[in-house]
Amino acid sequence: MSTIAPIPLLEVDGLSLAFGGVKALNGVSFAVQPGSITSVIGPNGAGKTSVFNTLSGFYTPAEGRMVFDGHELGPLPPPKRAALGLARSFQNIALFRGMTVLDNIKLGRHCHLKTGPLAALFYTPAARREEEELRREIEERIIDFLEIDHIRKAPVAALSYGLQKRVELARALAMKPKLLLLDEPVAGMNREETEDMARFILEVRREWGVTVLMVEHDMGMVMDLSDHVVVLNFGQVIAQGLPAEVQANPEVIKAYLGSGNVEALRERFRRAAQAGAAAREAA
Amino acid sequence: MDGWLLFEITLAGVGTGGLYALTGLAFVLIYKATKVVNIAIGEMLMLGAYLFFSFAAGLSLPIWLAVPAALLLSGAFGALVERSIIRPMLGESPISSFMVTVGLASILVGLVELIWTADQQRLPEFMPAKHIVIGQAFVSPKIFYGFWTAVLLIATVLLLFRYWRGGVALRATASDQAAAYSVGINVPRVFSLAWVAAAMIAGVAGIVVGSIGGISSAMGVFGLSVLVVVIFGGLDSVLGALVGGVIVGVIEALTGFYVGGEYKLLATFTLMVLVLMVRPYGLFGTHEIERL
Repeated sequence: MSTIAPIPLLEVDGLSLAFGGVKALNGVSFAVQPGSITSVIGPNGAGKTSVFNTLSGFYTPAEGRMVFDGHELGPLPPPKRAALGLARSFQNIALFRGMTVLDNIKLGRHCHLKTGPLAALFYTPAARREEEELRREIEERIIDFLEIDHIRKAPVAALSYGLQKRVELARALAMKPKLLLLDEPVAGMNREETEDMARFILEVRREWGVTVLMVEHDMGMVMDLSDHVVVLNFGQVIAQGLPAEVQANPEVIKAYLGSGNVEALRERFRRAAQAGAAAREAA
Repeated sequence: MDGWLLFEITLAGVGTGGLYALTGLAFVLIYKATKVVNIAIGEMLMLGAYLFFSFAAGLSLPIWLAVPAALLLSGAFGALVERSIIRPMLGESPISSFMVTVGLASILVGLVELIWTADQQRLPEFMPAKHIVIGQAFVSPKIFYGFWTAVLLIATVLLLFRYWRGGVALRATASDQAAAYSVGINVPRVFSLAWVAAAMIAGVAGIVVGSIGGISSAMGVFGLSVLVVVIFGGLDSVLGALVGGVIVGVIEALTGFYVGGEYKLLATFTLMVLVLMVRPYGLFGTHEIERL
């Protein structure tokens, strides 16, 4: 290689995770370059969400290292990881249901706030400044950007699935993240909602300079958006590289189809990618 | 029926109800954050009263020093309980942690009897003794000031819940733990915070209840009425604890006067059974919560 590879924002090295006798992850290694959109794909049960949960600190790996922005993640509890700039969304939406959209988003900033109980009780000038600054940034940058101005006062439980996913993204953005972990951002969405989400993910990268690591089943979207694709199967990385490389990899095709008809699956990948591209052009 | 008399009894009931509401708030705080049904809330209240007794009568400290000292120690005790017996029960079935608090209640009663004996004691007088008169109704000064202490403390806790980020973190943790973790909330610390705050609130209630009726190792019975209050209002509902507290207080006072003191608990428990039949999750409780 002629150019020196940049230092990755996230480096996962030899990650292994076991639940009893089941090896959920087995020596998983990959890197996420700063400013990239990296996707983790694989059949159901391949270990994609386990990677995310280990990165967030919900699971403790048996072996392996995770280095994020120069920090070893292993010994850090989840709140410390959040403070370093690791934000995530969940496969089956984890919002604070009794609260409004605005409250949910504001909670994203929790780890960066400083106001103590007495200052909050008497609403001191410092507390007021912090609150106003937070509100301004959230209203001007995040809410406008994600086009959720009309629902900011609504309780999240009353929103449609697509909008809830968007609020989750907004909350993650409020955390001032360096790396955004998106667990199936468009699962269960209709075409229009998927297009919106794809556009937001691209803009998050372009306008906010946030690196994205996502787990997704929508092949069209993965192939369109990603700079780098990591394929997991049975807890192991079976291929990684550019979307086109991964698509052509026989191992990957076998993992998805079981065996046999490679051409048919290639065709399916191609069609999914084209349909995604066409729909995006139309929109 | 004499209107003023009815008014007077109702006022006394509302006064006691304020203390029920306060203790109910402590209970709900723990339940919301850690999903533990803390049957020992009455005994934690008793501990607060006895700690105050030790500082004020035993060590003869002035009241303004004895109260904070007792509350500080109550809070430390709450932290100790959370760290040593509640946190290891994380992930166990709700019944298991419920049983642990039943054990905690007996341990506390035993401790109090060992240290302070089972005899009834009186707390030093520290509230103004002048009777309060509203129209033609008399209100006992202790109940009057106790009520306003409860109101003030409840208001403070509610404001902190709403506007302090620690309080918001507690509500967020109660709503969704995974999400709370992911936005950087230190969930174990929220658990500790809930137990410390609840122990201190129960401590305040204990000091007030003790100064009204004296203290004894059987004082935890107060917790029985509080249990009715929170089941009535909904285990996870702050509003339920407040409304339930006042209603139960008034019903007890009216029954005590018009029917007889021994029927107080009968009346409140009958009420509880009725509410459970119509709304098993309490008046304001969340629908999916465990039913007891």
